[in-house]
Amino acid sequence: MSRRARILLKSVVWILCLLPLVVLGYRAATGDLGANPISFVTNWLGQWTFRLLLLTVALTPIRVLFGISWPISLRRLLGLFAFSYACLHFSIWILVDHFFNWDQMIADIVKRRYITVGMLALTLLVPLAVTSTNAMVRRLGGAAWRRLHRLVYVVGVLAALHFLWLAKKGRIDPYVYAAILSLLLGIRLWDAVRRALRKRRHEQAAKEPALA
Amino acid sequence: MLIKRAPMFKASEITDLKLYCNRREFMVGAAALALFPTVAAATSTPSGQPLKATRNPAFNNSDAATKFESATTYNNFYEFGVNKEDPARLAHTLRPRPWTVQVDGHVAKPKTYDVNDLLRLSPLEERVYALRCVEGWSMVIPWIGFPLASLLKRVEPTGQAKFVEFTTLLDPEQFPAQRKGLLNFSSLDWPYVEGLRLDEAMHPLTLLTVGMYGQVLPNQNGAPIRVVVPWKYGFKSAKSIVRIRLVSDQPKTAWEKAQPQEYGFYSNVNPMVDHPRWSQASERRIGEFLRRKTPMFNGYADQVGSLYAGMDLRKYF
Ligand code: HEM
Repeated sequence: MSRRARILLKSVVWILCLLPLVVLGYRAATGDLGANPISFVTNWLGQWTFRLLLLTVALTPIRVLFGISWPISLRRLLGLFAFSYACLHFSIWILVDHFFNWDQMIADIVKRRYITVGMLALTLLVPLAVTSTNAMVRRLGGAAWRRLHRLVYVVGVLAALHFLWLAKKGRIDPYVYAAILSLLLGIRLWDAVRRALRKRRHEQAAKEPALA
Repeated sequence: MLIKRAPMFKASEITDLKLYCNRREFMVGAAALALFPTVAAATSTPSGQPLKATRNPAFNNSDAATKFESATTYNNFYEFGVNKEDPARLAHTLRPRPWTVQVDGHVAKPKTYDVNDLLRLSPLEERVYALRCVEGWSMVIPWIGFPLASLLKRVEPTGQAKFVEFTTLLDPEQFPAQRKGLLNFSSLDWPYVEGLRLDEAMHPLTLLTVGMYGQVLPNQNGAPIRVVVPWKYGFKSAKSIVRIRLVSDQPKTAWEKAQPQEYGFYSNVNPMVDHPRWSQASERRIGEFLRRKTPMFNGYADQVGSLYAGMDLRKYF
C-alpha cells in the first residue's frame, strides 16, 4: 500500500472511530439521551468499547480466512480506540454514576461480579496500551510482545462475561457479542493448531529425508 | 388509523380543559392534553383523554412528579420488548377497549367486569406515589384509581382466599414480544402473572389504577387497568390485567419462574437486601443527577411495615 493510501485509510478510521462520540455529543446537545441520560451514556460507551474490541480482534482471523492482510495495519489504532472508549465508560461510572463515592465503588468491585470482570478487563488493557508503541515492540522483542498481546483474548472473554452478567433476562445482544467473540477465538485456535501441525510435519520431514 | 368509537365518557365526566390547566402545574401533561380537545376525544382511543379524579391529600409525595414524557417513554413492559423505548414505540398495537376483567376464584360473587363499569365502581382519586424499579431507578407518579380493596370486597372473598393472582392479557397480536422469536426465544413465560398476599392486596395503599397525570392510562403504562403497589419493586404492579383470581396457594409469578434467585414473591423495596447482581441501597431518581438513598419499603414503612412483622425479609425477599 502506498504511503498516501495508508494515510487516507488511517484518517478514515480515525473519523469512523470518533463518530460514536460525535453522535453522542449531538444527542446530548439536543437533549436526546432519553429519560435516564447517565445510563444511556454508560451503555453507549460500553457498547462501542466492545464493538471496537471485537473489530480489533477480528483482523487476524480475517487474514487467516481470506488472506487479506492490510487491515492488520489498523490494529493498533483500533485497539487504542477500544481502550479510550473503555476509559470513558469507566470514567462515567466513577464521575457520574457514583460521584466519587469510593466506599460504594469498592463494594461494587468486590461484590458485583460484572463489575469485577469489567474492572479486570480494563486493567489488562493497560499494559497492552502502554506497550503499543513501536519502541516498546522493539524493546520487548517480537515474540514476547506477541505473547503479551494475546491478553486481548482474555480481555474479550472478560468483556463478554461483563455484558452477559449485567444484562437482564430477555436481552439477546450479549449473546450475539459472545457468539462473535467465540467465532473469532475459534478461528485463531484452529489456525494455531493447523500451524503447529504443519510445523511438526516439516520438522519430521527434515529429520527423515531418506524415505524416498 | 382512526377508528370511530362511541364516546368513552359522558361529556359531564370530562374535565374542562381550562379548569384543568389552572388546577395544576404539570405543564407537559397539560401540553399533551391540549392535543386532545374534547371533540377529538370522542373518536380517538381512550389513552390520552382527560380523566377526572379528586386528589387524595392523604397520599401525597413531597417530591416533584417525574416529567410526563419520561414516565411514558422510559418503561419496562416486557410484552412490548425488553428495551425501555419499546413500550412507547409499540404501544399503539394494544387495544384497551373493549376490555373485560374476570374476577373469580375463592369468592362468593365471581364476576366479569367491563372496564368501563370498573371505572364507575368507586370514586376515582388521584394519589402521588413513588415508583421504585428493581433496576435501581425511580419516579414519582400521580396515579388515578381506587383501592383494589373496594373491588375485592364486592366479590366477597371466602375463607379459602389467601392470595390474589393477577394475569396480564395474552395476545401476541397486541403484544409483539409474546410472539415466539428466533429458536423459540421468549423473554418470559406468557402470560405475565403477578401476585400479592390477600392482606397486601386489601391494603389501602394498593391502587387499582386506570389513569395517571390527569389522563386515561397510556397503553405503555399498562392500559386499560393495572395495579400499583408502591412499596414493592415496579414489576409487582401487574399491567393490562384481564383476570384477578383469589387463590389459596401462593401464585407462581412470571419473574419467579424465570429467575427465582433474583426475583422473590415479596419483592418489597428493601435497601438492606441487595439484588444478586447490584446494590439496592441507592437509586437514581429519573430527572436527577445524583443517586439518592432508597428508603425501607420505598418510604411506606409506617403504613406497611406491620404486614411483615416477624418475617425474615432476607429469606422472604
Ligand atoms: C473492556 C472493558 C469493558 C467493556 C468492553 C464493557 C462493555 C460494556 C457493555 C457492552 C455494557 C452494556 C451496555 C448495554 O447495556 O447496552 C456495559 C455496561 C456497564 N459497564 Fe462496562 N465494559 C467494560 C468495562 C467496565 C468497567 C471497568 C466498569 C466499571 C468498573 C464498567 C461498568 C459498567 C456499568 C456500570 C454498566 C451499566 C450496567 C447497567 O446498566 O446495569 N464497565 N459495559
